[in-house]
Amino acid sequence: MITLYYFAGLREATGTAQEQAELEGRTVDELLDWVRHKYPHLSLDAVRVAVNEEYALPDDRLRSGDTAALIPPVSGG
Amino acid sequence: MKPYEIVTEPIDPQRYADYVLRPEAGAVTLFTGHVREWTRGIRTLYLAYEAYVPMAEKMLAKIGAEIEQKWPGTRTAIAHRIGELKIGEIAVVIAVSSAHRKDAYEANEYAIERIKELVPIWKKEIWENGTEWIGDQRGKPETDSGQADPAPFPPKTRRELP
Repeated sequence: MITLYYFAGLREATGTAQEQAELEGRTVDELLDWVRHKYPHLSLDAVRVAVNEEYALPDDRLRSGDTAALIPPVSGG
Repeated sequence: MKPYEIVTEPIDPQRYADYVLRPEAGAVTLFTGHVREWTRGIRTLYLAYEAYVPMAEKMLAKIGAEIEQKWPGTRTAIAHRIGELKIGEIAVVIAVSSAHRKDAYEANEYAIERIKELVPIWKKEIWENGTEWIGDQRGKPETDSGQADPAPFPPKTRRELP
């Protein structure tokens, strides 16, 4: 099981701040496909994924217990 | 205080300047970014910031490590506030000390540019007639970084209030 986090506009659009999903063994790209399938109205074009609080690459593979956060374009400062 | 932190209370910039000051430093640059009332002709009532706090603090520390590598001998402290902020309040503080002023100026500007690229913090503008999560601001005019290209991807989620 992995934990997914949604922030900012993604949190509002999904109505979800976090959820669990059985995505261990899948890649980051496959995780995005899973999210697209579950929330077809979401725009994920500029979204990055962080796994365990570090930006991840599309081919990185998820392991059980990982946290994966969908990071929309940031606007700090 | 921690040298790289996300806070919910008002920021006292002096604490961060004091933290980086040391006998071998001849210069301290202290940048404070404030909530601006007018952006692109639209009046902001207040801002709401949200962060992925543990990752944001890690990324701030990473920026500090990059600065230490690019400008050896500097010391840096960065704090960003989240929650609801009123016009004029401090959203971000960056303090850098160095032996001579050039390094402290350059490293300080580098820090704010990297924050806007890297750190998972999001700003929502609240106006009289709506709200908007603000997307990528790198290079936009009238941002704190003050540069002038249109952003490559501003995926704005505009929502009118009822």
